[in-house]
Formats: sequence, C-alpha cells, structure tokens
Amino acid sequence: MVNSQAAVLIEDLRVRRDKHEVLHGIDLRVPPGAVVGVLGPSGGGKSTLLRAIVGVQIVQSGRVDVLGLPAGSAALRSRVAYMTQGTSVYDDLTVRQNLAYFRAILGVARSEVDRVIEATDLGDVADSLVETLSGGQRSRVSLAGALLGSPELLVLDEPTVGLDPVLRGELWRLFRTLAAGGVTLLVSSHVMDEAARCDRLLLLREGEILADDTPAGLLESTGGVDTEDAFLRLIERATTDVRGVS
Amino acid sequence: MKPTATLATAARVLRQILHDPRTIALLVVVPSLLIGLMAWLFDTTPVFAQVGPAMLALFPFIVMFLVTSISTLRERRSGTLERLLTLPLRRLDIILGYALAFGVAAIVQAGVAVGFAIYVCGLDVEGSLWLLLGVAVLDAILGTTLGLLASAFARTEFQVVQFMPALVFPQVLLGGVFLPRDQLPDVLRSISDWLPLSHAIDALNAIARGTEDIGGDLLIVAAFALGAVLLGALTLRRRTP
Ligand SMILES: Nc1ncnc2c1ncn2[C@@H]1O[C@H](COP(=O)(O)OP(=O)(O)OP(=O)(O)O)[C@@H](O)[C@H]1O
Ligand SMILES: [Mg+2]
Repeated sequence: MVNSQAAVLIEDLRVRRDKHEVLHGIDLRVPPGAVVGVLGPSGGGKSTLLRAIVGVQIVQSGRVDVLGLPAGSAALRSRVAYMTQGTSVYDDLTVRQNLAYFRAILGVARSEVDRVIEATDLGDVADSLVETLSGGQRSRVSLAGALLGSPELLVLDEPTVGLDPVLRGELWRLFRTLAAGGVTLLVSSHVMDEAARCDRLLLLREGEILADDTPAGLLESTGGVDTEDAFLRLIERATTDVRGVS
Repeated sequence: MKPTATLATAARVLRQILHDPRTIALLVVVPSLLIGLMAWLFDTTPVFAQVGPAMLALFPFIVMFLVTSISTLRERRSGTLERLLTLPLRRLDIILGYALAFGVAAIVQAGVAVGFAIYVCGLDVEGSLWLLLGVAVLDAILGTTLGLLASAFARTEFQVVQFMPALVFPQVLLGGVFLPRDQLPDVLRSISDWLPLSHAIDALNAIARGTEDIGGDLLIVAAFALGAVLLGALTLRRRTP
C-alpha cells in the first residue's frame, strides 16, 4: 500500500449535516506518531471531522483511510480510541464501574483500569458516582476510557476543556509520551496555548482547512507573534479574500 | 458472537438499575400494586377470577416496555451509545445485553407479581404455577424487546411515550381483557390474532383454567420477542448524520 505510512489519509471529504454541507472537500494527511491539534472557531467542523475519522459520521463523499483501512472498519475498533465532545460516560455508575465496563469490551488487562485512573489523576474519586463529580473530573473519566488498552490512534474531542493549567500540563505530557511511543493523536481544542505543544496544527473554519502546518511554520508564514495571533491573521486574511471576490 | 461483551453489557445495565430505587420500585412493586387494585376493585364480583391472569400479562408488559425504551434512549442521548459503537462489540451485543439484564429483572418482577396475585389476591390457578411464572417472564421480555425496538425510532422521551398509543394500547384493547377474543367482531378478531400480547394473555388464561395446550401461543410470543431483538440490532446504526 502506497499510503500505509499515513495514520490518517483524507481525500476530498464532504459531509452534510441536516441539509447543510459542513465539510467542503477536506484533504488531510496525518503522519504516524504525531500530535495534531485541530483548532478553529466554534461550528467550524472539528467534531464532524473527528467523527468521520472514527467512522461514526455519515459522509457524503470522499475517502477517509485510518491506519491503512477505510474509517469505521471493524478491525480498527480496538486500534482507534475516541473521546466524544461532551462526556460519554454513565452518570449512575462509579468511575471504576464505567472504566471496568469499557475494559471488558476491549478485552484488555484488568490492571488497565488502575493505570488510566492514575494517568488522569482520578484516584480520589475512583469509587464515586460520576453524577457527583465536577465537570472537569467527568471529562477526565471520559478521557480515561479512551486511554484504556494500547490504541494506535487517539481521537480526542476537547479532552482538556474545563481543566486547570496544572492538570492540562500533565495531560499534555502524557500525550507527548504516547506520541514518543509511536501513537498518533488528534486533539481538538479551543485553548491556543495548547497549540504550541502539537507537532502539527490544523485550522478549520467553516468546513475548510485554513492552515495545516507546524506551529513554527505557521508563525513564519503569517508573521504572528504566537499561534493565537497567527490564527487571527489567517482568519482575517480569509475573510477579506472572500469579500474581495464578492 | 462475543459473550463477554454481551454479559458485560448486561451486568452494567443491571448495576445501573440497582443504583436507582425508583426504577426498582417501578419494575418490581408497581405491577403487583396494580393487580392488587384490580382485585380490590372487583372484590364483590367474580370478575377478577376472569381478568386476573390477563393482568399478569398486561402490567409487566407495559412497565417493561417503558423502562427499557427510556433507558436505551438515555444511552443514545448521553453519547455513550456513540462511544460503544466505536468499540469492538457487535450491535447485537448491546441489544442482547439489555434484553438479558431486563430479562433478569423480568424474573424478579414476574415472581413477585404471580406470588402476589395468587397468595394475596386469591387468584385461582388450576394449572402449573411454574408454567404461569414462565409465561409471565416471557411476556415481560416481550415488553422489553419491543421497548428496545421502539427506542430506535425515538429521539426524545416524549416520542417514546408516543409509542404507547401506537404499539401498546391496541394490544391491550384487543387482547381479550375487555371482551373475550372470540366475541370480538371478525376483523378485530383477526387483527388481534396477529398481536403478540393476545397470545400471552391466552396462554395465561389457559394455564389458569388448567388447560395447558399453549405451545402455539408461546411460540408466537417468543417469535415476536426474537424478531424485535434482531430488528433492534439491525436498526442500530454505527454511522449517524
Ligand atoms: N447533530 C447535528 N445535526 C445537524 N447539524 C449539526 C449537528 N452537529 C453539528 N452540526 C453542524 O455542523 C457544523 C459543524 O459542527 P461541529 O460540531 O463539527 O463544529 P465544531 O468545530 O466541533 O464546533 P465546537 O468548537 O463548538 O465544538 C455546525 O455548523 C453545526 O451547526
Ligand atoms: Mg466540537
């Protein structure tokens, strides 16, 4: 296979949601072992793109290959882990019961439950019902579920939302460790200072890719002082381009 | 098939039920209370002896339908279903896991309801009590599997409740509770022959009378339950809009 090196390969992906086209022909190539930040304004299509990559999004046309297989293939289900935006865990179970259930389905070692509880710093609340946790704790339970086993690709939709800087720093160190071990991570975020920790950045706006570059490359091409500034410049440039045409 | 995923799902659903005292009460206590109310209502008449067995089909069926469809709907809306569908388990594992968990609940429910009807309300049963219990469980499982199927076509709790008049009430009206099925007008009679609840009620009545020729009725109820499970798994889509 020619493209077997790419962890994710997307060609001309179009997605309609509720009669509107929300992704207008996306092309993307994610190298293995990279941490890719998916950024952009709210409603820009980040979640839709991630859903297409894990194979839960009905797509209009185009090609989405993940680890050399069509997205959503049965063989990918134990190799790709997904954390949805919004916490997809059972409120009426404890943290440990949630993770034990996902572990049983994945068929990985029981010790994995303790490992991910530790990795997400949930030890103190491991036996509390999820409905009694704070928003940030809840989202960490959801993240812990995605860390079970040894997935080759992690697709995380806003994993650090609602977390304090110390915890965010710890999680990003974990992401970097995973990537150093060859795991590919796609992480969407609204927090721009997280962008600097990525190997590549993807800026999605109104269903199109405005930029797909390294953080350094982005600063250079836009002349921005930091990633936030660079993105603002890109978005401004795109907006004036549209005005110029019409 | 992957039995561990099915069993893990069933265990998880049971654990969720056990966390919620209201659901336990609805499942275990409410059908018996309603049967008790019926017995009291008809205390001075021979009516309860006639409709009592049917009540063992009716209330568990309705309660199971509601509880199952709403809990699977919650799974859909909370995003956990989307997560499950990206994990290595089959769609049938999810549906069977639910059917199994509520099947266990059905055994408890039917045990309590049958015991209550006979020992507290004085329902006369000529035939085998075990058979009566078995049919009551099967009937509750039918409610569960139809609830699973219905939730696939609903997006909100309100829509689930809209299925009650469509799927449940006609079966109740035509099931032979209000008027024995052989006295129904011909057209309604043939329709009622095609409704699974009618056969569950027929079977329970037959056991109460001591005639135990109920193989055909049980086969029909079981076929509907199985069909609903398979259809439920087929209508569960991994990809959504
Ligand atoms: N369930 C849905 N049904 C119909 N349209 C949807 C649905 N979810 C999202 N959309 C539309 O798709 C577009 C992209 O949404 P998406 O959720 O991918 O954005 P996002 O970049 O993840 O935004 P956010 O940062 O707010 O999470 C939006 O215009 C939105 O209105
Ligand atoms: Mg989003």
